[in-house]
Amino acid sequence: MGTISRGLFGRRTVADVKLPPGQYLTTDFPVLSAGPTPHIALEKWEFTIDDGTNVLRRWNWKSFRELPTENITVDLHCVTRWSKLGTHWEGVSLDTILGEIETDAEYAMVRSYGDYTTNLPIVDLRNKQAWIAFRFDDEDLAPEHGGPARLLVPHLYLWKSAKWVRGIRLMHEDQPGFWESLGYHDYGDPWREQRYSGDE
Amino acid sequence: MARQAVAMSSTNYDYLDGNAAAGELSKVFAVDITTAEGRCGECGTTKCLAEAHLYMHGPGLVARCPACEHVLLRLVNVREHMFLDFRGMTYLRLDTSRSEEAS
Amino acid sequence: MWRVGTVVALHDETPTARTITLQVADWPSHVAGQHVDVRLTASDGYSAVRSYSIASAPNSEGRVELTVERLPDGEVSPYLTQELAVGDRVELRGPIGGWFVWRSQQTEPIQLIAGGSGIVPLMAMVRSRASARSTVPFRLLYSVREPGAVFYRDELQAISSRGGSVTLTYAYTRATPKDWPRLPGRIDASLIAETNWSSKLIPTCYVCGPTSFVESTAALLVTCGNRPDKIRTERFGPTGGRNEFH
Repeated sequence: MGTISRGLFGRRTVADVKLPPGQYLTTDFPVLSAGPTPHIALEKWEFTIDDGTNVLRRWNWKSFRELPTENITVDLHCVTRWSKLGTHWEGVSLDTILGEIETDAEYAMVRSYGDYTTNLPIVDLRNKQAWIAFRFDDEDLAPEHGGPARLLVPHLYLWKSAKWVRGIRLMHEDQPGFWESLGYHDYGDPWREQRYSGDE
Repeated sequence: MARQAVAMSSTNYDYLDGNAAAGELSKVFAVDITTAEGRCGECGTTKCLAEAHLYMHGPGLVARCPACEHVLLRLVNVREHMFLDFRGMTYLRLDTSRSEEAS
Repeated sequence: MWRVGTVVALHDETPTARTITLQVADWPSHVAGQHVDVRLTASDGYSAVRSYSIASAPNSEGRVELTVERLPDGEVSPYLTQELAVGDRVELRGPIGGWFVWRSQQTEPIQLIAGGSGIVPLMAMVRSRASARSTVPFRLLYSVREPGAVFYRDELQAISSRGGSVTLTYAYTRATPKDWPRLPGRIDASLIAETNWSSKLIPTCYVCGPTSFVESTAALLVTCGNRPDKIRTERFGPTGGRNEFH
């Protein structure tokens, strides 16, 4: 261990709250980014599901906002070690989005405005595990937090909850996204502390 | 990747510049590569790596072309390793003459 | 490669900014404009790293001065500006950065433009010029919120009144001293035209401060005829403090 700074207090976890291993509690909402914040005009916004060849479903903002929504409260765990508990969102469940689509593809590449991508198994998007969220804390989702809409997959590390989401590509073979291709874990379960590739 | 009809504005000014990456890069490079000129693989702009827009506050470090925001360089620290991706640059031009030491 | 620096002196520049003088064994010297990464480790193993520009001129005594501004939501700056005491030790890595530097071998006129805490590396350049007994003409345009936010005021006053050396102009963005000839406001093209070296002299310009300040100032310099390749920039991020990298 390096030179100890007398009197510097490290972040403390609250004793009666269970956090995934290696995480600490935060009450603010850090903004992490890999690039400039896109500003997407709602009249140009689209969300598509494709299979790499054909677009299977497409929504514009109007048709997207006609879908049934849910209010959810979830915990967020970022691979950079902060966790934020009890966050309130409104969004459309991926069960609704994927509902009518028949596919034998097992993997999804989530794509964002800008060049960000992240991959995950399609089963992790189903069964009340994922939402396209457009409101946070009773307000429209701010651009720096991924607005107009972001993916929310709280059971995985937050880098999987792609901001500025614009579509999902269904894939038969797994392919790594932006961070997964550079040392981060392919799956990213915070409870098994799967931060980096090679972590069990 | 085709650019969407999206304003890729950096009005948040939440980036630094390549100078700020010099410390990280000094872990593995014996010379300071932030003074090296690089050519963006997307738009062809040539500038020093020190002039790139640097996004460091995230799971990894991303240096982007100041003209078109194309990713030039990505860096991730994983335990005792550093993952580097330089594919976004057509080249990085390094000086092999004896550079003066800090005087 | 981390070295240990021992705090030998502390000096408050303003109510929220403090200069920390470190004595560093085996310090390889530095060039004006470079920075260091400072690492602090708590007793529970938690560590944080932040970058700070070196304020002192190059010297062979292993002396490294850092001027740290306390950020309201900062994690490290409150510790450095309020808790750190003489005799304490910190780890540093550096000197770092070969782009945003001034060497006394340079002969062209120099234009320095500072936004807030961006004055720190530029002050190292001013001090470097003095210790090298250089006669290269410098102009410094220093933009701050209000008079109480100025770093190194007395020293800058002494240097600029020593005629013919460094020409200093303050620009106040929120509140000015009494009877100030200009209304508070951001640097604009007319101020640059009045106070900067003419672009015809092909000065090298160094601009440092928060990212938004650097972007708008660099754009103004180009509008005023300076070549982009003669403008060097160092951005301190949205708030003027460089964030942690994981």
